[in-house]
Amino acid sequence: MKRRIVTIIMVLLSYAVLQVLIATGILNPYWQQIIGFAGIMTISALGLNIIYGYTGQFSLGHAAFYGLGAYTSALITKSFPHLGIFGFILSFFASAIVVSLIAFLIGLPILRLKSDYLGIATLGFGIIVKVVFDNADAVIPKLGGSRGMGGIAHYTNFPWVFFLAAAAVLIVRNFVYSTVGRACISIREDELAAESVGIDTTRYKTLGFVLGCAFAGIAGALYAHLYTFLHPSNFDFLKSIDILLIVVLGGLGSISGTIVAAVGWTFLLEGLRVLLPPAILDWRLVIYPLLLIIVMILRPRGLFGGKEFKFLKG
Amino acid sequence: MTYFLQQLINGLQLGFVYALIALGYTMVYGIVRLINFAHGDVFMVGAYLGFFAIGSFHLPFPLALAFAMAGCAVLGMAIERIAYKPLRSAPKIAALITAIGVSLFLEYFTSLNFVFGPNYQAFPIPFKVTVYQLGGISISTIQILVFATSLILLIILQYIVQKTKIGMAMRAVSHDKETASLMGINVNMVISLTFGIGSAMAGAGGVLYGVAYPQINPFMGIMPGLKSFVAAVLGGIGSIPGAMIGALIMGVVETMSSAFISSTMRDAIAFSILILVLLVKPTGLMGKKGSEKV
Amino acid sequence: MKKWYSIICLGLLFLTCGPTEKVIKIGLVAPLTGDVKTFGESTRNGFTIAIDEANAQGGINGDSIKIYIADDRNDPTEARNAGSKLLNQDGVKLIIGSVSSKCSIPLSEVCQSSSAVMITPTSTNPKVTVNDDNTRKDYIFRACFIDPFQGMVAAKFAIDNLKAKTTAILYDVGNDYVKGLAEFFRDNFLKMGGKTIIYESYTKDDVDFSALLTKVKRANPDILYVPDYYNKVGLIAKQARQLGIKAVMMGGDGWDSPDMLKIAGDAINGGYFTNHYWLDDPRPEVQSWVNKYKSKFGSNPDALATLAYDATTLLLEAIHAAKSSKPAEVRNALQNFKGLNTVSGSISFDATGNPIKNIVIMKYSKTGQEFVVQMKPE
Repeated sequence: MKRRIVTIIMVLLSYAVLQVLIATGILNPYWQQIIGFAGIMTISALGLNIIYGYTGQFSLGHAAFYGLGAYTSALITKSFPHLGIFGFILSFFASAIVVSLIAFLIGLPILRLKSDYLGIATLGFGIIVKVVFDNADAVIPKLGGSRGMGGIAHYTNFPWVFFLAAAAVLIVRNFVYSTVGRACISIREDELAAESVGIDTTRYKTLGFVLGCAFAGIAGALYAHLYTFLHPSNFDFLKSIDILLIVVLGGLGSISGTIVAAVGWTFLLEGLRVLLPPAILDWRLVIYPLLLIIVMILRPRGLFGGKEFKFLKG
Repeated sequence: MTYFLQQLINGLQLGFVYALIALGYTMVYGIVRLINFAHGDVFMVGAYLGFFAIGSFHLPFPLALAFAMAGCAVLGMAIERIAYKPLRSAPKIAALITAIGVSLFLEYFTSLNFVFGPNYQAFPIPFKVTVYQLGGISISTIQILVFATSLILLIILQYIVQKTKIGMAMRAVSHDKETASLMGINVNMVISLTFGIGSAMAGAGGVLYGVAYPQINPFMGIMPGLKSFVAAVLGGIGSIPGAMIGALIMGVVETMSSAFISSTMRDAIAFSILILVLLVKPTGLMGKKGSEKV
Repeated sequence: MKKWYSIICLGLLFLTCGPTEKVIKIGLVAPLTGDVKTFGESTRNGFTIAIDEANAQGGINGDSIKIYIADDRNDPTEARNAGSKLLNQDGVKLIIGSVSSKCSIPLSEVCQSSSAVMITPTSTNPKVTVNDDNTRKDYIFRACFIDPFQGMVAAKFAIDNLKAKTTAILYDVGNDYVKGLAEFFRDNFLKMGGKTIIYESYTKDDVDFSALLTKVKRANPDILYVPDYYNKVGLIAKQARQLGIKAVMMGGDGWDSPDMLKIAGDAINGGYFTNHYWLDDPRPEVQSWVNKYKSKFGSNPDALATLAYDATTLLLEAIHAAKSSKPAEVRNALQNFKGLNTVSGSISFDATGNPIKNIVIMKYSKTGQEFVVQMKPE
């Protein structure tokens, strides 16, 4: 109980500190944007962590669900601009529902596949979704297709991102230490053994998958209203690989790891942009993968390797 | 009918190029259970090596091919030694992420101005191209070269894997690494060799690709790499004949979708077929149905 | 204690109101890494030549120019991040960028909301300079013509000069520049009495066009319109000729590059394209530009470099005319230009921030580009 109160105080304190820095302008809009993006990547990565880190389902199509959430929410706020901020809140529900539904429908057949084959199937799904995005304007012109969808209202701000990210962490933590979470972990550890002790693997795999994808959908909704412009190229398989990278880098099955990796990855890429002198700015994308390789060789289980911060333990 | 046959030939040409890349994926996966994401970029380096061999050193085609294959073999073995070997006892996913890192590094490093540079380079073709017309169907010397070279390399590969001692060692290690090493096989050497051969095949693929589609650029390997990987899985990852068949199917399906259905939806169709195949045959077309032991 | 306190205060006072910096900050956002790095580099080349020229002449209004360069990797998210960094971290309020519309649109949104001037050299999507509800983003301009004009001119040339009746159009489904040109060409071609018998798309990663070209061959059109960049067009042209397609090829300003002949060789001989200017134009602006580029980079400039040079020139001239580098004044100067002479001709901006300028039709021969005809905007 004491730990819980301390955790809540720490969370509120960090929120307050960051909010003050923003309000006084010490953290200029550029850094606000980056902090926002870091939070969004955290939520998305936590989703993949549920799917892959905890349930052991290798999904290479996470960015597709992120994109589906982004486009859905943007469509809602653009179609009902007079609803203002309520439209924004409504769009979260819409995104979550649409993404969960699609995740459920696609999950049922393909979650039967094992590991690398599941990866391919989800990769294929991701590519199909991107083709749909590219041609979406033939069906719903507002979606823009390869012209992109712009003019989305800038509703996402620091409080939204922070509290939704905090909520996401809370949900994942409670999920992990719940019966459902334990079932999922057992599936990751040894699916055959889990089945033989009576765990309905199909049910729990699907649940984990849908929940993880819903996280991606919410992250997408936040993204759409922070960057105010969506283009199909933002949701291709390379993006899915970015999210996978973050989850593995942080340590599969570690919430703290995911948070640290998501925030660290975002700040690493932008930090290199700020630090590198103009003559060698094209080295940014050379240094980044080198660092990635070095970290993986030195810490193959990821930065946190299955461990957690104290306040997240159950 | 001639239209259909023409499109079939187009599809086969594409398929054979995918096949050379897919073989490398499947061999490496068979032996170390790693999806070598950097394979598509080794293919790209092969294309550039061929570009330099023909363009700067003025080597004839067979020598340029050999040069590219040798260069890629060395590159592949170096990558294995530096980036993957340290992670052999680590979780498989760590090696995968490292492979992604190697892939990104190869792409962005070679696009630096002092290396290969970012420009689209025209690949020089070191022989005269003739287009033969056989009753309404066009076949060019390039297509014939792609078919012939791929088939020859594939036959050589099958021979090595099935009929030589080293091939037997490769099959043994991919079946059961520990037992193979207990039987006296130098596992490290076999793995290095596998990477070497697989990368050499990718290098050959790169040169043929450069000849067939004469334009190279540091990012050219991403899509062919992805499609070849999918082809290898479609055919049953770990199976060499499977990779070949999977690649040919990918090439033909892509081309036929474009020709008869819709070019816009082509990728969506190809991947939908892939997913359907996997749902029916979860370990790929020629994949072994492994029984799970508890 | 009180003594130290006042010394510190005085010191701070001096720091905050020292002499004002005599430097004009100008930024560039372009894809300097990634798969279109070559386009970003051309853009940077044009930009730096213009800036170096100005600095060599003592700067603008007596102030020297400091440049800030940011890379967007041809990714919309990065474009916004890069723009935001320039605007907020580096305090830049005058920006040239980006290359592709998908990057220029988010960049324009962040520039407009910070009241910073932005000129895109090459993005053709109308949404760069106008909002969704068609209101103008009044700080945003572009140096290139937008697709409707280019597509219309090409169709007119095909019908009137080439006497074409049928056309096949191949376009990149993921690239709105290519898609836009294809659409406008098709619509105008139809309006003028022609017929589009093949209208097919490919993706940016495609290199094998045999399936599509076999379709085209079977349909036997008069014209094959491929409004993509030179690298794709070169491949398509080669494969088309190998298959025996006899149609006349046509395209847009993406064809303009010294690398086109290297990639396409004889296959592009006889192909027509719409462009902003032509290399042999005796006008002093053109000749001095081509010579400058050649002596610095060793080859002729391509359309991207030329447009970047023009965009930067426009910005510098506007600063000069406004006698200030304050964004509000610079943008007014830009909007009010009446026929400013640049490499691509005499430019004025219309109400939506698009330049009103001439267009030329060029033809590729075995050795280079040939001027065919110049058309004025109607």
